[in-house]
Amino acid sequence: MTEKITLHLPASEEAIKMLKPNTFVSVSGTLYTARDQAHKRIAAAIRSGEKLPFDLNNAAIYYCGPTPAANGNIIGSCGPTTSGRMDAYTPLLIENGLKVMIGKGVRSVDVTQAIKKHGAVYLVAIGGAAALYQSRVKACELIAYPDLGCEAVYKLTVEDFPAVVTIM
Amino acid sequence: MKTIAASTVKDKVSRLITECLIVPDRAVTSALTSLETPNALEREAARLIAENNRIAEEKRLYCCQDTGQAVFFVRLGDEVYCKGLKDAITTAVREAYGNARKSVADPLTRENTHDNTPAIIEIESVGGDELEITFLAKGAGSENMSRLYMLTPADGKDGIVRSVVDAVERGGRNACPPLVVGVGIGGVTETACSLSKRALLRELGKNNEREDVAALEREILKKVNALGIGVAALGGTMTALAVNIETAPTHIGMLPVAVNLQCHSVRHGTVKL
Repeated sequence: MTEKITLHLPASEEAIKMLKPNTFVSVSGTLYTARDQAHKRIAAAIRSGEKLPFDLNNAAIYYCGPTPAANGNIIGSCGPTTSGRMDAYTPLLIENGLKVMIGKGVRSVDVTQAIKKHGAVYLVAIGGAAALYQSRVKACELIAYPDLGCEAVYKLTVEDFPAVVTIM
Repeated sequence: MKTIAASTVKDKVSRLITECLIVPDRAVTSALTSLETPNALEREAARLIAENNRIAEEKRLYCCQDTGQAVFFVRLGDEVYCKGLKDAITTAVREAYGNARKSVADPLTRENTHDNTPAIIEIESVGGDELEITFLAKGAGSENMSRLYMLTPADGKDGIVRSVVDAVERGGRNACPPLVVGVGIGGVTETACSLSKRALLRELGKNNEREDVAALEREILKKVNALGIGVAALGGTMTALAVNIETAPTHIGMLPVAVNLQCHSVRHGTVKL
């Protein structure tokens, strides 16, 4: 690896524009975890005008359902899950301010178009590198949907999260 | 008759599960460590996964957050008596997944069972006085990308090759490569599916003992790696580590081919009692 490019979250549209596709980026700052069931609830809340669990404006979502925190750790293993399962909800979230998505795997045409139209970015994290990502989480707070267990929404503060700029 | 206490089964299986979930197959880590590729992204991804596996072992963390649905292949000798065998395995899952992720839910309501049960348990009756229990952790990312092809006998070997390559091409990017590709050919639908999963248990680097099947494995592996998906699907040379085929006789009018994809977090192990 040559120079390390960094992305601080929350990121502005201008900061996202500076990124280069197909390069590794080091992500630091605030991420919200959300996967299948959390997306279903967030999308329903947007549609019915209810309060959202976090401010979507310029927000970054990490598609992740961690293992429970154990042995004195603040979080368990926390690698990315398959982003494509969130495709049905993602354009709506992007229209409502979501700017950064981190996950693994391919996205639909609709999601790709929404990302490009709204100046957002999709970063690919290394699937299965869950212990590595765990070691880069500096703070973790449960903020919504505790009944969903590992699918609840956690607010994470991360440092030097490696990911690849894939769609922008 | 040899009697085996259910509590012994429970303790051994519980420990087996925990160890498998923390340290994935070391052969995968060494393949990633020795990977030579012209693609810088693939090289960095391989380095990160190898580092992940080292961190997991050192810090006793699960190597992947998707600790999977628990799958068991049990070979029960007909000279063994073990009262409550299935319950013992289920209790072991409940215990071992206490700190792991509870990833099992009702398929319709999506309500979580909160203890990662039920496990998938296949029990096979064999001769002898041994009880052999093999555990496989199967995450959703790779399992979701698995497929069943009901070919016709006329499709033959070409059809088999086409199907396996198709499954990897369509699903491989989501399945956390480098993959182990399990292929089950023959029987009826569930035979092929079960064989494709059992094929994932084979030691890495070993081919099928049947020479014609081994040749097919080598041919498909070459084609799969030519897809260029690469480590972490970032483009490159190492899409799959192995293509393992298992076969069973099938109906004269059938050629079922099941393809079960395994991510690089290869987590399985066996206890013999």
